[in-house]
Amino acid sequence: MTFKNFLIAGIAGATMIASSSVLHADEAAEKAAEARQSLMELYAFNLGLLGGMAKGAVEYDAESAQAAATNLHTLASMNQMAMWIPGSGRDALGDETDALPAIWEADSKVMDHAKELVDATAAMESAAGSGIEELRGAMQPVGKACGGCHELYRQKD
Amino acid sequence: MRKLLRFFVFFAVIAAAVAWFLSRTEPLNADAVAGLTGDPARGENVFWAGGCSSCHAAPNSKGEEKLVLAGGYRINSPFGTFISPNISPSANGIGGWSNLDLANALIRGLSPVGSHYYPSFPYANYTKMSLQDVVDLKAFLDTLPSSETQSQPHELPFPVTIRRSVGLWKRLFLTDDWIVSVEGEQMERGRYLVEALGHCGECHTPRNIFGALDDTRWLEGAENPSGEGRIPGLAPGQLNWGADDIAYYLETGFTPDYDSAGGEMAAVIANTSQLSQEDRAAIAAYIKAIP
Repeated sequence: MTFKNFLIAGIAGATMIASSSVLHADEAAEKAAEARQSLMELYAFNLGLLGGMAKGAVEYDAESAQAAATNLHTLASMNQMAMWIPGSGRDALGDETDALPAIWEADSKVMDHAKELVDATAAMESAAGSGIEELRGAMQPVGKACGGCHELYRQKD
Repeated sequence: MRKLLRFFVFFAVIAAAVAWFLSRTEPLNADAVAGLTGDPARGENVFWAGGCSSCHAAPNSKGEEKLVLAGGYRINSPFGTFISPNISPSANGIGGWSNLDLANALIRGLSPVGSHYYPSFPYANYTKMSLQDVVDLKAFLDTLPSSETQSQPHELPFPVTIRRSVGLWKRLFLTDDWIVSVEGEQMERGRYLVEALGHCGECHTPRNIFGALDDTRWLEGAENPSGEGRIPGLAPGQLNWGADDIAYYLETGFTPDYDSAGGEMAAVIANTSQLSQEDRAAIAAYIKAIP
């Protein structure tokens, strides 16, 4: 092998390694985005039962309301760090995610919003089993926490 | 040739005089709000229904900060960038204003010194407000914290900078006629909340080339003036939610699928969540009744 060929083989090899590691990072980012979307669906599923009762579309039942509220608070309290890795925003993944790059910027308030959701779902957990009026009152702060974060950090339709 | 030139000069002078006349300011009668007394508690409801803080609170304000109306919100439009002014009760805001000054601003789009406001301030909707609501709103605004922030000038290109031209715009598009005809107390209340105070059409209705709302396509959805995405239509066939779903969305921000409002609508929900159940139900009833 001449030096020139050695060099070409070396560059080719390095390129392959580099591109496979790029691929690897993409895959991790895609999986993170998928996990976030699954989490959002689980929020929506449990909120669906609570909201149905609050609206009067579903008859109030303390036990199932309590279960949904506990689920909601558990979901919000999960350690989600691995689902929000840098490089998994819309700037990297395009239409696969609505998560805006601002989430990862230095002045991001995203953790404050996460805390607001944890607090609002904790209040829901204490309220949901106590009665329909308590449940109703606890919905608005949860919605406010969702909307507060979506207002700034989710791509508009 | 001299004769022709003289004719053109004559014609130009006449045209300028007509334009000057048509673009004049027309304030309310000096006694328009005489005898009305403001109730700050009712005014707070007008404040939330009117969405004042969405534009006049400093950008990204949360909670109590929404009551500090320091201005600074930027509205990007094809006509340039409008920057909302300070309307807190300070010398840099509207501290010295009378009830009549506020009525002229909201109903006629005129400043206390009698110049036209640009219709980025949605007086094309507020022009339908009741004078009692204006006076109540004034009483509430007077209770809010002062901010000394200086209002920033709009960033507009020529010829939009000629304020007098807004007078012609008003002559064409400023009307207090209702857009949808409705019957019954709840429907009328809903119409007042949507067409006058809530100024929903400012985003949900497409505009003509002069930037005025196209009433023939009322609430049928429009380009987002910020250039990002599209604002959904609320007309039949576009929004298939029930009235209860709409009212609940305005209360909590949750859609029937328990997704939540984002973008500017999250800021709107922050306002509508402060209204009474009856008012939200009235808005929902009106939305279901638009043709």
